[in-house]
Amino acid sequence: MTASKRRWLERLAPWIVTIGLLVIWQVVVVAFRIEPFIMPSPSAIFDAFVQYRDSILIHAWQTMVSTLLGFSLGIVVGLLLGIFIGSSRLVYAGLYPVLIGFNSVPKVAMVPVLVLWLGIGQPTAVVTAFLLCFFPIAVNVATGLATVEPELEDVLRSLGASKTDLLIKVGLPRAMPYFFASLKVAITLAFVGAVISETLASNDGIGYLMIQASSQFRVPLMFAGLAVIAAMGVVTYVVFAVIERRVTGWAVRGQNMSISGGGG
Amino acid sequence: MLALATPPAAMAPSASSGPDTAPSSPPGTPFVQLDGVGLSYGGPQGLKALNNTNMAIEKGRFIAVVGPSGCGKSSLMKLVTGLQPPTQGSVSVNGAKVNGPLKIVGMAFQNPSLLPWRPLLSNVMLPLEIVQPHRSRLRANKAEYLAKARALLETVGLQEFETKFPWMLSGGMQQRANLCRSLIHDPDLLMLDEPFGALDAFTREELWGVLQEVWMERRFTCILVTHDLREAAYLADTIYVMSARPGTIIARHEVDLPRPRTVDTTFEPRFVDLVHTIRSEIAQVRNEAKKAAKAGATKAGTTEQKAS
Ligand SMILES: Nc1ncnc2c1ncn2[C@@H]1O[C@H](COP(=O)(O)OP(=O)(O)OP(=O)(O)O)[C@@H](O)[C@H]1O
Ligand SMILES: [Mg+2]
Repeated sequence: MTASKRRWLERLAPWIVTIGLLVIWQVVVVAFRIEPFIMPSPSAIFDAFVQYRDSILIHAWQTMVSTLLGFSLGIVVGLLLGIFIGSSRLVYAGLYPVLIGFNSVPKVAMVPVLVLWLGIGQPTAVVTAFLLCFFPIAVNVATGLATVEPELEDVLRSLGASKTDLLIKVGLPRAMPYFFASLKVAITLAFVGAVISETLASNDGIGYLMIQASSQFRVPLMFAGLAVIAAMGVVTYVVFAVIERRVTGWAVRGQNMSISGGGG
Repeated sequence: MLALATPPAAMAPSASSGPDTAPSSPPGTPFVQLDGVGLSYGGPQGLKALNNTNMAIEKGRFIAVVGPSGCGKSSLMKLVTGLQPPTQGSVSVNGAKVNGPLKIVGMAFQNPSLLPWRPLLSNVMLPLEIVQPHRSRLRANKAEYLAKARALLETVGLQEFETKFPWMLSGGMQQRANLCRSLIHDPDLLMLDEPFGALDAFTREELWGVLQEVWMERRFTCILVTHDLREAAYLADTIYVMSARPGTIIARHEVDLPRPRTVDTTFEPRFVDLVHTIRSEIAQVRNEAKKAAKAGATKAGTTEQKAS
């Protein structure tokens, strides 16, 4: 009885917290008479969303497409790079410093360079999203490959398994939980990349909308944009969290697999 | 990061002429032979794990290797299977010099290392997806192989668990499955490295019985590394005793107790005497090793003092 109650509570918790925060926000704004151009209330933001719905949705769609394109590219490159690094010591030694160096560069700083090559607009947003998201995928896949037990490797090699056999039968399945875990992080980073690029160099997308709204002091609209970005981030995260649980359920050893975290 | 990178030693053609490709070794020549084998990790100046080890194992024999911890027993297994090339001497299996990983050996370690994403039956059948000729026959003759795997699971009492995942099973059950996996492709050579080390006494004794039964039926050559002297005496025809590192063979005992042996056999005076003899041999080499280490330490200390 208490167990099922707890489960219910766990499911409801994210909603309760979110709604609670919104209510507190609304109360604070109304009670202290905070001006909408400093901090609009949730209801004002919602009004702005309804008012500018069409243009927000068009821009949001644009951001979504850029993000998903960059993310797809990131999956392909990250997966290949991860396999490459994880299965050869030489490649690992050679690429490691380069990758660390690359990852230390703030990607915002690369947007001007990309503009030079790709111009202003969607291609730059896609590539920025890609640049931000491929790294965690590659690192996680490589780490996953490295967790193969040496004993299992010995068993298979003494059966005559080739490197490819080892990779397909053991390495990749073993790396899958790491891969899917990294996707949740990567999709969020892809959003960040796309929006950053749009704020700097684009005539479309939520990022551009925010810059426009900011220059016109339409603060509720800005917050509506932020809310939409947050919502898209949460939805994509949940999608990949669900996929992760479906595909790599064995990695959580079947404990409470069906219960945990309904709200993401 | 180096997961799959261990380079297989040069794959000379002789490596492929493993135990079951050559018709049969001429009578009298041992199936597994080690001649003056030495192994140093990290180059010739590195840590010496094995020194001048000689073994000659006839086909179909059950061999046990015992010795103090760290004496190079696991290294010996790697040498015989070709996973690690010797730095001195030579290893040959079935009349052919070992130059790279043998291709058809069955192996099982203390850690069951089953694949958690595969149900038991498919775990047991993993070697069939790798070893020739099963690899190319598997798809067309699925039913035959399934029946074989099920029969094997039945001999170890796991027939009801074939659809379960490894993490749903107890350690002992996983180890049984591990044993099945090492036997599914009918290897001529089975290498076991402390396979029952992590199990409780009852399960362990039960699995001794299972292993003996399978072995008596199939008569593959088996090399068992173990810490448990009773286990060695129960299972083996011949027990090799190794010295402390760098390891070498210091004694060899033939166990001529009749088979099948049972747990009762382990209480017979002959059995108990044998275990006692081996235990005192190992105790002696351990003491000698300790003394040598102490002497070495004091020596190093005095030279250091002189230097400063
Ligand atoms: N890959 C390796 N690199 C360097 N040294 C190693 C390596 N593997 C083993 N050694 C060393 O070689 C020696 C023998 O190791 P090995 O694993 O063969 O011992 P063992 O007899 O199996 O020990 P145990 O009974 O504890 O399992 C040890 O001193 C160990 O430190
Ligand atoms: Mg060992």
